[in-house]
Amino acid sequence: MISFKMPSLGADMEDGTLAEWRKQPGDKLTRGEIIADVETQKGLIEIEFFGEGILEKHLVSEGQKVPVGTVIALINQEDESEESPVVEIPPSSWEAPIPSSEKLSVSESKVSTPVRASVERIKISPLAKKMAEVNQVDVSVIQGTGPEGAIVKEDIERFLSSREKPEVTPPSSKIEIPEQSRPSVPHHESIRMAVAAAMSRSHREIPQYYLEKRVDMSKALDWLKEANKERPIQKRLLPVALLIKAVAKALDEVPDLNAVWENGLQRMNEIHIGFVVSLRSGGIMVPAILNADVKTVDEIMETLNDLIPRTRAFKLRSSELSQSTFTITNMGDGGADKVFGIVYPPQVGIVGFGEIREEAVVEQGMIGIRPVMDVTLAADHRATDGLIGGKFLAALNKHLQNPESL
Amino acid sequence: MSQEIRLTYREALKSAIREALLKDEKVFLMGEDVGHYGGAFAVSKGLLQEFGPDRIMDVPLSESGFTGAGIGAALAGMRPIVEIMTINFSLLAMDQIFNNAATLSHMSGGQVNVPVVIRMGCGIGRQLAAQHSHSWEPFFAHVPGLIVLSVGTHEDARGMLLSALESPDPVILFEYTSMLNLEGSIPGDAGKVDIQKAKIRREGKDLSLITYGTGVYKCLEAADLLAKEGMDVEVVDLRVLRPLEEDTFLQSVAKTHRALIVEDAWKSVSISSEVSSRIMEKAFFELDLPVERLCGVEVPIPYPKHLEDASVPQVQDIVSRVKKMLKP
Repeated sequence: MISFKMPSLGADMEDGTLAEWRKQPGDKLTRGEIIADVETQKGLIEIEFFGEGILEKHLVSEGQKVPVGTVIALINQEDESEESPVVEIPPSSWEAPIPSSEKLSVSESKVSTPVRASVERIKISPLAKKMAEVNQVDVSVIQGTGPEGAIVKEDIERFLSSREKPEVTPPSSKIEIPEQSRPSVPHHESIRMAVAAAMSRSHREIPQYYLEKRVDMSKALDWLKEANKERPIQKRLLPVALLIKAVAKALDEVPDLNAVWENGLQRMNEIHIGFVVSLRSGGIMVPAILNADVKTVDEIMETLNDLIPRTRAFKLRSSELSQSTFTITNMGDGGADKVFGIVYPPQVGIVGFGEIREEAVVEQGMIGIRPVMDVTLAADHRATDGLIGGKFLAALNKHLQNPESL
Repeated sequence: MSQEIRLTYREALKSAIREALLKDEKVFLMGEDVGHYGGAFAVSKGLLQEFGPDRIMDVPLSESGFTGAGIGAALAGMRPIVEIMTINFSLLAMDQIFNNAATLSHMSGGQVNVPVVIRMGCGIGRQLAAQHSHSWEPFFAHVPGLIVLSVGTHEDARGMLLSALESPDPVILFEYTSMLNLEGSIPGDAGKVDIQKAKIRREGKDLSLITYGTGVYKCLEAADLLAKEGMDVEVVDLRVLRPLEEDTFLQSVAKTHRALIVEDAWKSVSISSEVSSRIMEKAFFELDLPVERLCGVEVPIPYPKHLEDASVPQVQDIVSRVKKMLKP
């Protein structure tokens, strides 16, 4: 039996509201299936399950808001046939192993009535209980994160800080809108707040260094022009697809930047490139292009064509929102010449692409007119030094000068 | 502030005895081999030559006899320091300590006091096997009428005896043989210490490590390691095991809301049992996690080094338990 927890969909996410269960107890789950929709500050996210098993029980009901890490469902990973090998998943440290006889009784009772937490005693630490009394908090709506799911001090503090202002205003005759019936598209303010939280954290915690390099884009653009000649309009490549691929390859060569800083530098095995998408309503989101290093430029373009509209419609999957290991911000047309990013924690680097424009370039004693692009890197100086950053920009430049091998 | 000096725990104990002998003529040291041999652990080496046989007194191998003699001398107005070589031999003197030293003030309606100081070497960690490796602080801390002190630091090795000699009531002083060669720094003018209160040895906000004796330096080391991983733990040295001073650790728990008690003594009916109860009784609504304990394993202490080490909490055990408590 494994505990399926409310996932973190970014450093700035503290809690999520379970909007809809897509799978019901008894349903069989296969790898990558969407198990539920969760509403966050960044919109309605489809939560995937990367394993196989049978959904045993929902622990959180629709409309309920719970902190990240709260167990929201139990999934039975054991196959029904006794003989088949079972992949062992270590239970969470607080979870006692359930003897098989008990498992049996759970699945039996399921047949008669849906399992329901009846008059369940709420586990809460004495301190949390005192805090709840002082602040008049109804503890039955809080999901504990302490030992055995007990409510501890932090849970109360989190609840108090998320308790919204209406609580403070005296109760009036105004009809309250129940949480479920609120529109699932997030407010502009909540996206703004999410961006604010992540960027403030970055600015507060991360000492960043900045590097800049001008890249001659003539070869890359020529290659694109050639490549697009053979492609139907829908399949044409944009420069950004090439840039993403080049970044992924450069990260493969300089793995210290494909990492997170969490009690030290931790390199990530896979390369998932986060791509900053601005929303029409204001604010930004950073969906990930998974395994960008092994995708072809065409596959990256396809991914972008699928991802960007879904991002703008707030229809992303959990893996796309939470897994990026490095970020790209791209000014595109009509923007600024240069863009200096702010590292998105816990990542350790962000590369910024300015607008591609024609400039006078000196080469071999001659002045020529070339399309150029200013590339910047902002990186976490706790994790790497300028030397590493410089190697990365050099590798990126090298790939953009050899687009045919990308 | 005078300059810091570096010295071993043994040297700190010895300089305290020497200072006491110099300051007050009524003070004398008695015990097995304390004179000609210089003490079983060389704590009193050279004192016989300096102070003579009247004040550094070798006694026969009879714990009940010489402890009783020390109590008698205290009743008669002297300030004896009785050394019991190791705590296991104190069992033979229990009747004198519990039935005479601890009770006479009460039995006489306060007419007589017993200002005796009884020092004993104790603790685990020198491969002395089951009969000579004991953390029996809880036995003595159980008895009203005694003052029971645990010498967990160099500062206390230098100062506790001097303060104990000023007490009108009998004091039991636990010294740890495994720490004798341990070097530490104390101020050059270090002297008497407060023997009524526990002491915060390191401030922290995430969890209180409550300990005494050999646990103090272990907990401080563990706290350093934890600090590197971002966990800020407080270390409380109980020092006074009877009468147990509770305000210090209760306030600490009120600040951190989490407590782990560490001691070498066997877990059942121990100092940690008592501390845990007091926290529950008096700081229940401050607790955010159940109180946890790391104590000696409940077996006769084994002789082989690896088993002996495994029988009492080590620094790494403390670190991993704290991590488990703070980051489930």
